[in-house]
Amino acid sequence: MVGVVVAIIWMKDLIAVVMLLGIYGLLTASFFMAMDAVDVAFTEASVGAGISTLLLLVAIAKTKRKEHPSRHKPLLALLVVVITGGLLIYGTYDMPIFGMADAPAHTHVAQRYIEDSYDEIGIPNIVTSVLSSYRGFDTFGEVVVIFTAGLGIIGLLSTVNGTGTRKKLPTINDSIEDQHIVLRIVGKILIPFILLFALYVQFHGEYGPGGGFQAGVIFGAGIILYAMLFGMDIARRVISQSLIQLIAAFGVLLYGAVGVVSFLNGGTFLDYNVLLENPVAGQHLGILLIELGVGMTVASVIIIIFFNFAGRKGPQQISDDLGA
Amino acid sequence: MLIGHYNYWVVVALMMLGFYIIIAHGNLIKKLVGLTIFQTSVFIFYISVAKVDGGSAPILADGITQYSNPLPHVLILTAIVVGIATTALGLAIIVRINEAYDSIEEEFIQQQDNLS
Amino acid sequence: MAHLPILQVILPLLAAPLCLFLKRPKLVWLFACVVTALTFTISVLLVQQVTSTGVISYELGGWAPPWGIEYRIDALNAFVIMVVSGLSAVVLLAARTSLENELSSNRQTYFYALYLLSLTGMLGILATGDAFNVFVFLEISSLSAYALIAMGKDRRALWASYQYLIMGTIGATFILIGIGLMYQMTGTLNMQDLAERLPEVAQTRTVFVSFAFVVVGVCLKLALFPLHLWLPNAYAYAPSIVTAMLAATSTKVAIYLLIRFTFTVFGLSFSFTTLPLNILFLVLGLLGVFVASTSAIYQQNVKHIFAYSSIAQVGYMIVGISVGTAAGLSASLMHIFNHALMKGALFLALAGVMYRLGNVQLKSFQGLGRQMPLTMAAIVVGGLSLIGVPLTVGFISKWYLVVAMIENGWWPVAILILFGSLLAIIYLWRVVEVAYFRAPNKDNESVKEAPLGILIPTWILVLANVYFGVDTRINVQIAQMAAENLFGVAP
Repeated sequence: MVGVVVAIIWMKDLIAVVMLLGIYGLLTASFFMAMDAVDVAFTEASVGAGISTLLLLVAIAKTKRKEHPSRHKPLLALLVVVITGGLLIYGTYDMPIFGMADAPAHTHVAQRYIEDSYDEIGIPNIVTSVLSSYRGFDTFGEVVVIFTAGLGIIGLLSTVNGTGTRKKLPTINDSIEDQHIVLRIVGKILIPFILLFALYVQFHGEYGPGGGFQAGVIFGAGIILYAMLFGMDIARRVISQSLIQLIAAFGVLLYGAVGVVSFLNGGTFLDYNVLLENPVAGQHLGILLIELGVGMTVASVIIIIFFNFAGRKGPQQISDDLGA
Repeated sequence: MLIGHYNYWVVVALMMLGFYIIIAHGNLIKKLVGLTIFQTSVFIFYISVAKVDGGSAPILADGITQYSNPLPHVLILTAIVVGIATTALGLAIIVRINEAYDSIEEEFIQQQDNLS
Repeated sequence: MAHLPILQVILPLLAAPLCLFLKRPKLVWLFACVVTALTFTISVLLVQQVTSTGVISYELGGWAPPWGIEYRIDALNAFVIMVVSGLSAVVLLAARTSLENELSSNRQTYFYALYLLSLTGMLGILATGDAFNVFVFLEISSLSAYALIAMGKDRRALWASYQYLIMGTIGATFILIGIGLMYQMTGTLNMQDLAERLPEVAQTRTVFVSFAFVVVGVCLKLALFPLHLWLPNAYAYAPSIVTAMLAATSTKVAIYLLIRFTFTVFGLSFSFTTLPLNILFLVLGLLGVFVASTSAIYQQNVKHIFAYSSIAQVGYMIVGISVGTAAGLSASLMHIFNHALMKGALFLALAGVMYRLGNVQLKSFQGLGRQMPLTMAAIVVGGLSLIGVPLTVGFISKWYLVVAMIENGWWPVAILILFGSLLAIIYLWRVVEVAYFRAPNKDNESVKEAPLGILIPTWILVLANVYFGVDTRINVQIAQMAAENLFGVAP
């Protein structure tokens, strides 16, 4: 991994940098897997190696491909980095030994999650129970972060060049539309399965790794694939921008509504126990609903981001790289 | 002692490489890549904290008594999402900068600002 | 009533997505104004509740802390919440008029939604009692702030926003590292729980490093000298409303975080006895005051002048904290309140100038004293408050700050603070001189007074500057109560 990062520093070709970053993401994901963090590995694989690589490529397509070979102040940077790094290394000396089972991190709060979460929430995946119930408010915040980014990107990128007349939108892959019939047919067969798989991940999160976020990413990726294969125009006709925005907003509202209903029912915000008479069933319902909200917001924001990026004018030098 | 902290040292090295890219490089996209690396290494640190020797993934199953710590996993799930949101917004700003300045190099942008 | 702590956060939060359903900018603006007004009302109720019954704890999701996330309202954050929500509400009143000339109408809906989200983020940081939750809401407020800044008309707004994004994210990641180290050593994320468990491991290097990272991360957000480089351009090129909002609120939230971490989480004895934090803060604070005030004197853009002045004011607050006494801390807290009022008034007045002139270069201010008498009068009163003239709020906080220094035997510091005020007179005089003692240039002869939509909110804040300078019950008493609580609770 260190090697990959060092290579990133030296590379001037941004596409290669992004590809290496994708590899880095994938390596990180495998490391998470080895560390027993299956949910995190799943997310990192889809985000680090998937979405962020895709976004960076699209952004490079809209800007410049080469890094200008100029160096500003490597010495100062080096100094700052060495001080910070030195401080961190200094800090590691009093850390508990790696993997030690009785480190303070494992013996205090986490203990209860492992021992009692099944009785209190009723689902085997502890990560899901902590994520959506014990620390459900953090997850709400996370959805809002995504929503904020989506809004920010629309606010920055949309409609600036599209005043009035609807011209044919420039896409990053006009060429594919004509050339790759095989790709399109394969895509047509594949896309329904991707969307189905997304739904599976959405509702299976309670038992295995997965959940609203990962499902949203997969669903969004499916739509993006469709847009890439059949052209942005058609994709936009199928899914209108304003509708997607509303879905994203609705996801946040759904999550919030669960919280509001729970305090109307006499609990506190996001207290799923009071949603139904049986607390465990209430937890089930609550988690199901909020994961749905997460999935909706994430999927629509990803689509929004991609559409807005791809809708900008810009040099199209890497359209072939992307398609191939 | 030395072996016990080896993992953390690698994490620190990764963090600092990312940090170096952010500070030293002038290309805006490269800076964001550096930021991503920096953040990802922090994630690796959290997940390393969560590891318990002999533990297994925190999905309850019969016959397993030792689980890895689920809490850092949850935190990092959130942090990954926050990270990608930041990257996406940063890229949007870069695209706009490129349209306004026709450059994504710190040096040229500042030159243009000083002229105007 | 029991749900007040959470209501003040989720009200603006849920209002933001609703904005998208309303679509028409005017309607959205009205809706957002109502929401922020309600939020402010809630915050006032919260202050009342806290001052009469003491700390309020609210368990989110029904899980007891430290397993669940807790909202914990004491006098300190109730006070800051009131400041932040109040200022956001007043500034938003001016938004519709101000945006007419600064943002195309098809983006205004997003602007208001992001504004509400930014407010949500700040209120979330203030209310929460959970260290990781701070990080999440910090990112909500930061991401929306980046987007809002980038909406500025000038292309330099984009560049400023990008720089802020990089610095802000480094800061947030530093905080994340700090929280991770704390968690590793204690196994908990709840602030109250951390405060109990940290002393056991206070001597370890890991805790020391985690403290260092949290403080540096917060200081990046705070724009404490020498980490302030992102701030002047971000303030100068953002839409005027955003500048007013950020200047009045966001650094205050960062100061709050710094106080929360140094006093509540790590504890007074750790922060100030184990570490030489007071000397460090004192030196950096004073340097900030002088370097930033001096830079302000040389600026040509009036927004830049006031932005540098903000960095200097942050310096005063840090100096107040560095004394390590209840008197010093309460002076800092008063300055949070007072500085929000001053800078809110000043930047809203600039929004009026921006509306009429399209820029805020110092040289275009010629003769504005006659052309825009009310706006300029607002700048003069705000400026007097900034200097610390009696009968304005600025005087109150400077007074308490100087008294706190003298009580602690720090005579030279007290003198330096007074000297800093002299620098403020110089940079404000430049503005006044151009506006009142020069004939209007050709372009300015036809300039009219700022529209009422901006003028009214500006004067609400200006009058507040004077009112709270005379009737000091609210700002002084609550600030002192909050400070004494922190010193009482802190081990």
